[in-house]
Amino acid sequence: MATFLEMSGISKRFGGVHALRDVDLTLEVGEVHCLVGENGSGKSTLIKIISGVEAAEPGGRIVISGKEYPKLNPVYSTHCGIQVIYQDLSLFPNLTVAENIAMAHHLGGLHSVNWVSMRATAKSTMAKIGVEFDPDAKVSELSIAGRQLVAICRALAADAKLLIMDEPTASLTRHEVNALIQLVSELKRAGICIVFVSHRLDEVLEIAERVTVLRDGAKVGTFAADTIDGRKLSQLMTGKSFEYHVQAPELAAGPVVLDVKGLGREGEYEDVSLQLRAGEVVGLTGLLGSGRTELALSLFGMKPPDRGTIVLDGHPIALRTNAEAIHRGIAYVSEDRLTLGLILNQSVAANVTLTVLERLAGAFGLIAARARQTHVARWVAELGIKVSNPANPVKTLSGGNQQRVVLAKWMATDPRVLILDSPTVGVDISAKDGIYEIIRRLARDGVAVLMISDEIPEVLYHSHRVLVMREGRLTTDVAAAATSEDALRQAVNA
Amino acid sequence: MPKPHIASFGRFRRSHEFWLLMVILGLCAGLGFANAQFLTMQNLFDLLTSYAFVGILALGLLVVLIAGGIDISFTATASVAQYVTLSLANAYGANWISVFAIAIGIGGALGALNAIFIQKLRIPSIIVSVATLNIFYGLLIFFTGGKYIYSLPDWFATGIFWFEFEWGKDSSYGVNLQILALALAFLVTWLLLNRTNIGRQIYAMGGNSDAAQRLGFHIFGLNVLVYCYMGVMAGIASLVQAQLAQSVAPTVLVGKELDVVAAVVLGGASLMGGVGTVLGTFLGLTLLAVLQNGIILLGVSSYWSPFFVGLVILISVSATAWSQQERRALVARR
Repeated sequence: MATFLEMSGISKRFGGVHALRDVDLTLEVGEVHCLVGENGSGKSTLIKIISGVEAAEPGGRIVISGKEYPKLNPVYSTHCGIQVIYQDLSLFPNLTVAENIAMAHHLGGLHSVNWVSMRATAKSTMAKIGVEFDPDAKVSELSIAGRQLVAICRALAADAKLLIMDEPTASLTRHEVNALIQLVSELKRAGICIVFVSHRLDEVLEIAERVTVLRDGAKVGTFAADTIDGRKLSQLMTGKSFEYHVQAPELAAGPVVLDVKGLGREGEYEDVSLQLRAGEVVGLTGLLGSGRTELALSLFGMKPPDRGTIVLDGHPIALRTNAEAIHRGIAYVSEDRLTLGLILNQSVAANVTLTVLERLAGAFGLIAARARQTHVARWVAELGIKVSNPANPVKTLSGGNQQRVVLAKWMATDPRVLILDSPTVGVDISAKDGIYEIIRRLARDGVAVLMISDEIPEVLYHSHRVLVMREGRLTTDVAAAATSEDALRQAVNA
Repeated sequence: MPKPHIASFGRFRRSHEFWLLMVILGLCAGLGFANAQFLTMQNLFDLLTSYAFVGILALGLLVVLIAGGIDISFTATASVAQYVTLSLANAYGANWISVFAIAIGIGGALGALNAIFIQKLRIPSIIVSVATLNIFYGLLIFFTGGKYIYSLPDWFATGIFWFEFEWGKDSSYGVNLQILALALAFLVTWLLLNRTNIGRQIYAMGGNSDAAQRLGFHIFGLNVLVYCYMGVMAGIASLVQAQLAQSVAPTVLVGKELDVVAAVVLGGASLMGGVGTVLGTFLGLTLLAVLQNGIILLGVSSYWSPFFVGLVILISVSATAWSQQERRALVARR
């Protein structure tokens, strides 16, 4: 196999921080190479150096197709056929599919636009990977998976020889991920080298031929994918080893807190009955669109059910708004913490106190600064939020710490029932462990936890009981100890 | 191949422009029925002539909105361009080419100033343009004392009158300066936005500026171009207005910004950037003109005019938002 890109001795410093330290990387023509590492391990910096956006420190060598580039910049790198598909896809939602794919037509000095040749380019590129969108449709009309295909087409139209995909599966359903994996192997057969960056280790192992692991800016090593497994990989990424076991069901022996019978909502889910007990962690999984998120929103009062009953602590309740739900002790941590769960520009303190402003209010309804400070200090300490000053904005925190702020915000309301939607998405493996620990502690304190997740190991190893939803119905309700990853995977996809 | 035509007509039927066209046709039919004066050649030419000023500015603003910015300093830019240009013409003599060259130069320079503050210092465009509106206008009033210029060069006051033709009994029509300038502004803006790569880059930048930067677009250059274009349109509009008013009044233009914003927003341009068309702006301008003109022809007090304009904007924007929500819900259900 020929070598497409060879880098050696690559270092990069931002201020005093070493983002990359003496990293080597070799990419072969037509290989699928995965790049893994926790947040801050230097993955994105490495991608930026390959694409010429950032320059490496002197001393590093970059050789592309046998030619050395002492000063790589975005123009050279594009010229060499290096294309990056960023996590946000970098498409123009207001423009047509054809324009997005044939964007290169728009570059350069003032000239007229040839719509006919642009459409032709778009069509022939789409035909290469077997997709067929209306070239005149706006990209905003497409699904996320459709947009991703357009982004891939754009890279191919620009004559990509190396395609770097940054977290391409983060917002895809399992079905769409399978289609993407299929596509990647087709591109590989066409001689394109693919660098795949992902958090999801099972995917990495499924797709990669070789895996390069980065940790704290240094390369841990490059491994053939068939010589390692998920456990080994996470150990390499974090430098720690994690062993998870199925939770003992005996822990979950409290009284029933939430009793749901025959719940249904037109077109979303139907005939759902379930019980949550105090001190129990219940995992809920299912494909996107299986109705799991809608069910959670109904329990939180945001999508009132059409049918069925909800009984909380022995009293039937009808939830019409989430304010009622919060008042009755039901808390919900949304999947998308960045846009729905946190006010990113505001301080940690402001975010943590948001749900309990009423309780902190003293005379004349004014908030006592001392009470607020004590409250914030307590939760920062209790959840181990790493922040030098609670007055710092939340956006300066890492993913794991942001998730802790969201949890603190809801735990402060002393919930009876806590619903967590995908609590560890975008969180590092080591930070994940901290979040599981918090969930376990909450359960010990008598809270009923409903944890929704895409990841089957997550619900299996961190719940006492597992529920599976498929096409709007609850199909499985089983003790974690009595099932396995394979059985659950079958229940989800069947 | 008839199929693509059907598809694109279907797309047009779902567009904001289609609904706008329907509303305008309905309104015209109603007004024509209520007042025989409305659907006459005379009224049509009068409307085109008197809305040329707003229309030319609206095209400049359209380009700025598509690029993802906003500018409301253009009335002050126009006032400065108008006053300086015609003072120079009075003092040193000039012709059509030189007055337009001067007005365009002044407008473009003031536009570039906006772009530099917005891009180099990363100040939100609304704030920059509120500030420059006041600065340009304040300086103009200070140096002129707010005095009008009534005596304009004869050739300028006479204007132009091309392609004269008779229609009906003893009334003749032709292309005057206002209509000519408006038509050229529409043509040039349409060509820029739809037929040049720069125009498509402006759309792209307004839709996703991060992505535009990653693709190597010259963001600063594009912004200078966009705000200069707005300034140039303000320069042209200022002369068109002075010729129609037969005077230069430093105080009357500032305050008309919201009419221009109304026309562009009615035309479907989004304040979020990336969205808006020349056809939409034309229809927005038409709706504004028909509405304001209709109110007068119906004998309703013109004090009601802002109320109805506001009402129509609110309804139109709500209708678009509502239909988008419906469509999104439809896509989500699928």
